[in-house]
Amino acid sequence: MTTSAIPLADELAAPATRRELFIAFTSLALQGFGGVLPVAQRVLVERRRWLTKEQFVEMLSVSQVLPGPNIVNLALMYGDRCFGLSGAFAALAGMLMMPMLIVLALTALYGHFAQDPVVTGALRGMGAVASGLVIATGLKLLTTLRRNVMGLPICLAFGTVTVLATAWLRVPLVWVILGLGAIAIAVAWSRLK
Amino acid sequence: MNNITGSDLLGLFGHFLMLSLLAVGGAITTVPDMHRYIVAEHHWLTDAQFTASIAIAQAAPGPNVLFVAVLGWNVAGALGALATMAGSLLPSTALSLWATRWGTQRRETRGVRAFTAGLMPLTLGLLLSTGWVLAEPYLLSDTHRWGALALITLSVAVMMRTKFSPIWLVVIGMVVGGLGWI
Repeated sequence: MTTSAIPLADELAAPATRRELFIAFTSLALQGFGGVLPVAQRVLVERRRWLTKEQFVEMLSVSQVLPGPNIVNLALMYGDRCFGLSGAFAALAGMLMMPMLIVLALTALYGHFAQDPVVTGALRGMGAVASGLVIATGLKLLTTLRRNVMGLPICLAFGTVTVLATAWLRVPLVWVILGLGAIAIAVAWSRLK
Repeated sequence: MNNITGSDLLGLFGHFLMLSLLAVGGAITTVPDMHRYIVAEHHWLTDAQFTASIAIAQAAPGPNVLFVAVLGWNVAGALGALATMAGSLLPSTALSLWATRWGTQRRETRGVRAFTAGLMPLTLGLLLSTGWVLAEPYLLSDTHRWGALALITLSVAVMMRTKFSPIWLVVIGMVVGGLGWI
């Protein structure tokens, strides 16, 4: 295991300026084919060491519970933490501005290529890779559960039930959060002082 | 193209504004109602155009929420894209900012610590679940399921064990897919 890749809380770096924040988020958004989350974890935690794995999962948790796109909420939260409101906007702009211009440009061009089998095949390939990246990110972050106050076995139990409820039974997310989430929070509460 | 009036744009903006606060888990969860509004009620887009809008945003680099901008663009050009994006993001962004500040101020309290600790395994479960749901169509297809399995396994392995940028995997995916192996 590459333990050197996991920054400890006191070894963390941070963006020096809002511009750096904006550029960093633009760069990572533009690498996010099929979804930004895996790239965000790789860049923010492993390469730039702006967040620990735990902090990343924490922010992701809050982002998922709140309405709105997870990665957008996460960018907002991190940017706000760095520079307040202006930081939040810098991160948000990075995440959305250039990618939006690009996707709208592609939309203008797309009509001509929509039926081309090579293009649809390439998009299928990209989609398959994207799914693998998301799975890998989830697996990588599992180590954060070791330090959870509920203990690893209980965490794995909650995680497994979540996977079954959402991927298999397709229970709406709101119910998973209000039901299972409330139970998990209660368990965590009882384990804390 | 559609003849979109100013009040149409306002309605579009308002509708997406309302959906924003319901979009726990992302804007994609409110797609059924967007479809109802844009395709069924107003006939601004066909089924195929609607689905293609989502697909192109997922393929393009960046957050998948940008499908909202594509929808708006296809309905009413730049103003449409502005209406849908602003509507989708303003409420949830405001709420997130308020919530994160509220939570950060209280992050040492037992309640907030229990909140984050309790949700952690759910968050990871959701991530893995998302990955599985994304992979499923490829793995269950009659043709090329082994090619898909190989590509997905490769992606997982490379992402977990190496430092290679995911971009390389995306390129491999595009080539392999373009060749018709997926």
